Amino acid sequence: MPADMRTYLAHVELPNPILTASGCAGTGRELAPFADVTRLGALTTRTITMAPRAGRPTPRMAETPSGLLNAVGLQGPGVDVFLARELPWLAERGARTVVSIGGGSVAEFSALARRLTDAPGVTALEVNLSCPNVEDRGRVFARDPSAAGEVVSAVRTAARYDLPVIAKLQPDVADVVAIAKACVDGGAEALSMINNPVGMAIDVDRMRPALAAGTGGLSGPAIRPLAVKCVWQVHAALPGTPVIGMGGVTSGRDALELVLAGACAVAVGTVLFHDPYAGHRVLRELEELLQERGFDRLADAVGLAHRPSHRTDREESLP
Amino acid sequence: MAGSPVQVTGTVLTMRRVDAYHALTVVAPGIADRFRPGHFVTVAVGGPRTSTLTRRAFAVHDVKPDYGGTVELVFTVRGAGTAWLADRRARDPLDLIGPLGRPFPLPRDPATCLLVGSEYGAAALFALADALQQRNCRVDFVLGAASSDRVFGALRARRMAETATLTTRDGSLGVRGSVVDVLPGVIADTHADVVYACGPMSTLSGVTAVCAEFDIPVQVSVEELMACGIGLCMTCTVPVIGDDGVTRMTRACVDGPVFRGERVRFDDVGTIPFDAHGAPGGDRAR
Repeated sequence: MPADMRTYLAHVELPNPILTASGCAGTGRELAPFADVTRLGALTTRTITMAPRAGRPTPRMAETPSGLLNAVGLQGPGVDVFLARELPWLAERGARTVVSIGGGSVAEFSALARRLTDAPGVTALEVNLSCPNVEDRGRVFARDPSAAGEVVSAVRTAARYDLPVIAKLQPDVADVVAIAKACVDGGAEALSMINNPVGMAIDVDRMRPALAAGTGGLSGPAIRPLAVKCVWQVHAALPGTPVIGMGGVTSGRDALELVLAGACAVAVGTVLFHDPYAGHRVLRELEELLQERGFDRLADAVGLAHRPSHRTDREESLP
Repeated sequence: MAGSPVQVTGTVLTMRRVDAYHALTVVAPGIADRFRPGHFVTVAVGGPRTSTLTRRAFAVHDVKPDYGGTVELVFTVRGAGTAWLADRRARDPLDLIGPLGRPFPLPRDPATCLLVGSEYGAAALFALADALQQRNCRVDFVLGAASSDRVFGALRARRMAETATLTTRDGSLGVRGSVVDVLPGVIADTHADVVYACGPMSTLSGVTAVCAEFDIPVQVSVEELMACGIGLCMTCTVPVIGDDGVTRMTRACVDGPVFRGERVRFDDVGTIPFDAHGAPGGDRAR
């Protein structure tokens, strides 16, 4: 019998645990010729900002071993166009949509949450904490527990009570558990991790940085061990908080690794650039792997790697 | 549904060397059926456990009805991905997505069309030339490269076009110089009504400037670094002026790669123009 793949983000039930990661699925329309977006657990939008943003200059991307450096700079049309043209397309099709939001100040985050909270088709809000805080010399919210907690709590207050708020964490911080706890204390019902750690590449032919912006976010399988470690640590510290695991997932095995570390949902990101059908393929592979291992429910596998290993040798030696 | 892209596993039919380039023919009926001149395809490189995640984008050189439909690509080895692709042999599987992008618009009535190609960018022009000739258009070519072995399709251009002007930077074939240098003379001689151009940004910029002097329309197919080719990754953006006069960072993959030359802000490529939609500080200016 196939395993029960349903999963929960707070009280919201998703039919399966595979999401798309923010910034990797376009508006949904770009994926549609290749894969049915309504069959995903949920689609996460690119980060929506209050005003339109032109983003960063090109070159915006550089390929690295098993990874991709990007500095797109949250290019997007702003929340008004998102609500007028992008969200309705997803809502009409019945796609579950996690809306990622980003701002330069706590006030901007809460204003975005107010704009989006009653829009039809919003399944949850994801707070992109990797935004520079203009009120704190450009330090990103994700690097400071109190700033992260403050933003999450502002969004939680502004959003309708039954709309889950997810905090998206960055891995290159001193103590990811401290940030996670601050976000949960601020009212986050779920956590998603990991956002791109910051990296850099230099083009040795031009002898200049490969990206126009200098540094960029690193994604792809190169960062998967970072994701597993963050999910592991946060699940150990906060076992009751749902975690959406992401970072370099390209197969069902990768997804299962994050599930065993403690993720109850898994997002695919960079792999969609390589294979727009990857979300559905990863879901099918994960289903098969769970079935092979005798699981009736996905939920039974979540965080299973944390259990002490079963020492059969010792049992046998007992009288 | 013409134009809607498909993801297919194609089968390599042939891999040939053509002068300094590799020419790859793949059986991919779904893509060949939907192809129009100017479309491109992306290829996943490195096999199923690849460590190179971004897809490589290539202009389609030609499609043929053989074996249900084949697609021919012309490329040069520039890195690990194209080196892997150059090692493919007949019967190897290849993950392809296409046809992608906005194709070349064709004139409604017969016109004199000048097709300008630099290096292997010229490969994209031959399917266009066929389509134009079917509409009773006059076709002339200007093809150029650094050296004679890098001028793609010179023979075919001479055979099919009214005139074919060749340029090389080292003078080893045709006129010494670039395609932009000979363009004013060729436009004057052929009385071209419209110019189509493929090649690096610097060439397209020069071609567009010459066409502006002659006040004739120019369609350019831009090359910008892209990771996905289907509009997801937002890395292939170019500053382009829209119908409303507003400059936007526009995706070359879904809104291009073909643009009207005068709409592309070539001098601002690699920057965010201060007056672009959503540029930093733009909300204060308004």
